[in-house]
Amino acid sequence: MAKKDRDMMDSAPKVKLSRGERIFGVFNIIILSLFTIACLYPFWYVIVASFSESNLLMSHPEALMLPLGWSTKAYEYVFNTKAIWTGYGNTIFYVVVGTAINIFMTLLAAYFLSRKNLPGKTFFTIFIMFTMYFSGGMIPGYLNIQDLHLYNTRWVLLLHGALSTYNLIIMRTAMSGIDDSLTESAMLDGAGHMTILWKILVPLCKATIAVLVLYYGVAHWNSWFPAFIYLDDDAKGKTMQPLQIVLRRILILTDMTDTGGAEDAAQIAETIKYATIIVSTVPILCLYPFLQKYFTKGVMVGAVKG
Amino acid sequence: MGKDKVSAPAKAQVRRKTDWARTWKIIRKNKAVYFMLLPVILYYVLFHYKPMYGVIIAFMDYNPRRGIDFNDWVGLQHFKDFFTGYYFGRLLANTLKLSFATLLIGFPIPIILALLINELRSKKFSKIVQSITYMPHFVSMVVLCAMVRQFVGGNGFITAFMSLFGYEGGNLLANGKYWIPIYVVSNIWQGAGWGSIVYLAALTSIDSQLYDAAKVDGANRWKQTIHVTIPSILPTIIIMLIMRVGQIMGIGYEKTLLLYNEGIYDVADIISTYVYRMGLLNRQFSFSTAVGLFNSVVNFALVIIANQISKKTTETSLW
Repeated sequence: MAKKDRDMMDSAPKVKLSRGERIFGVFNIIILSLFTIACLYPFWYVIVASFSESNLLMSHPEALMLPLGWSTKAYEYVFNTKAIWTGYGNTIFYVVVGTAINIFMTLLAAYFLSRKNLPGKTFFTIFIMFTMYFSGGMIPGYLNIQDLHLYNTRWVLLLHGALSTYNLIIMRTAMSGIDDSLTESAMLDGAGHMTILWKILVPLCKATIAVLVLYYGVAHWNSWFPAFIYLDDDAKGKTMQPLQIVLRRILILTDMTDTGGAEDAAQIAETIKYATIIVSTVPILCLYPFLQKYFTKGVMVGAVKG
Repeated sequence: MGKDKVSAPAKAQVRRKTDWARTWKIIRKNKAVYFMLLPVILYYVLFHYKPMYGVIIAFMDYNPRRGIDFNDWVGLQHFKDFFTGYYFGRLLANTLKLSFATLLIGFPIPIILALLINELRSKKFSKIVQSITYMPHFVSMVVLCAMVRQFVGGNGFITAFMSLFGYEGGNLLANGKYWIPIYVVSNIWQGAGWGSIVYLAALTSIDSQLYDAAKVDGANRWKQTIHVTIPSILPTIIIMLIMRVGQIMGIGYEKTLLLYNEGIYDVADIISTYVYRMGLLNRQFSFSTAVGLFNSVVNFALVIIANQISKKTTETSLW
């Protein structure tokens, strides 16, 4: 709001800009344009490289503006690579089920933390917040997963991060912002806590819940490390691996056995990598323009710390 | 006065009793809410507090077959081994170097970016800049690292660009000298735009009257920035800074694991990647837990110190 006022004043013809301010304005546009191009170019390069002919690409290390030649062979390999589609299926499962669990748990925790005058609130707030600043570390975490018999099961990826404390704070802030008189009058009408949470608070916090669905969903989509250490690399583990683990094998380890083991797969490994990046990243980048406002809204809610 | 004094302890006792009774009544009346909290408590106990107890194996010679057994107690032996070991100095130096490089360069850039975007007059251009610079945030770590490896590899366009300035070494990741620049620049690419959102939000909530007053005093845009804008977003900057300090020791093991190679361990290996290799690859559970515990404790101390300093000097704090 304040910024809008300022912008209006600035664009009013009466206010004359000094020479220095005009020069700064031009420089500012140049600097931001360069930074924006630098953010965009790597994406562009991956796209054009994925459609290039492999042998041409191998002998041309310089930056590209357009594909070198034209070939969709890399995409044929990617689409015929079963591991990628198994990974895709697994990832979609983890995103959908994992996010549902996340939201359920976050709502329960946020409901308690946003109630006023409940005994134990301070204790549980500290109990939860403390985990943001201190943890047992990687190895005790790993041994704990084995101890709970979750190692090399799908459950581990759904449960080990069933709740994100940071997202919980966002949810609590939203619930605390809802007028008490609404919940109090419902209480007087005999509504229980479950009713208040599902019938009153959830509908009123829809926007924040949408933000958290996106945050949790993207986190599940992009996550690789838990699957890397909590799932085995054996035949059983491979059926459960999310897409990011398959990507690591193809992109980081340059292990092309997944791509049907065809002989010329090694020859066009470079373009296969670029095509794999496109195929795995396109869903999120396609959704992004439509969802951008929700993502940014979440950052702002989170910034106003509870 | 005298009478009150005599009866005060008795009164307090009665009050305490009724307090407990009242508390208990509230809990019973609201027992549903505590039942709802049960899964949450269970989650934190099983997945956060139980591993914290598991840290105890740092003081034992843990044997996976026997489980936690106090007969295996060795005290501080593993810590001694780590501190006097060959790698301690190198790991600590690498961790701190990487952290401070990321902090020093990576922290101010989102702030500068937000200030620059805020100065734009064209709403449309500002929207475009924001949309595009946020995008890399959504690229997964594996894909980001794959892109970095391609671009700075022997056949990558960044390597080709460097060769314009006389570089002839091939793959930049094989050369320890470029490790920190590669790490920091890719961090900026991925995080600067997204990191600026929080400052842009703070900037839009500045009262426009402050600017009007500054203008009446004859302040130009630059002076307005120094005397109005920056002081107004300072609390946000400090909160963000404390949170970043909390990540100093825990910095980027996911990214390091995906990018480094044995050839550059002397500059790229950090405490958390060492914990991964010693613990999960070499199966030295107790030793690696001790190393990890050292890391967590230093990190926790850093957050507390940063928070206290900030509380004393600026009255802004996390808690």
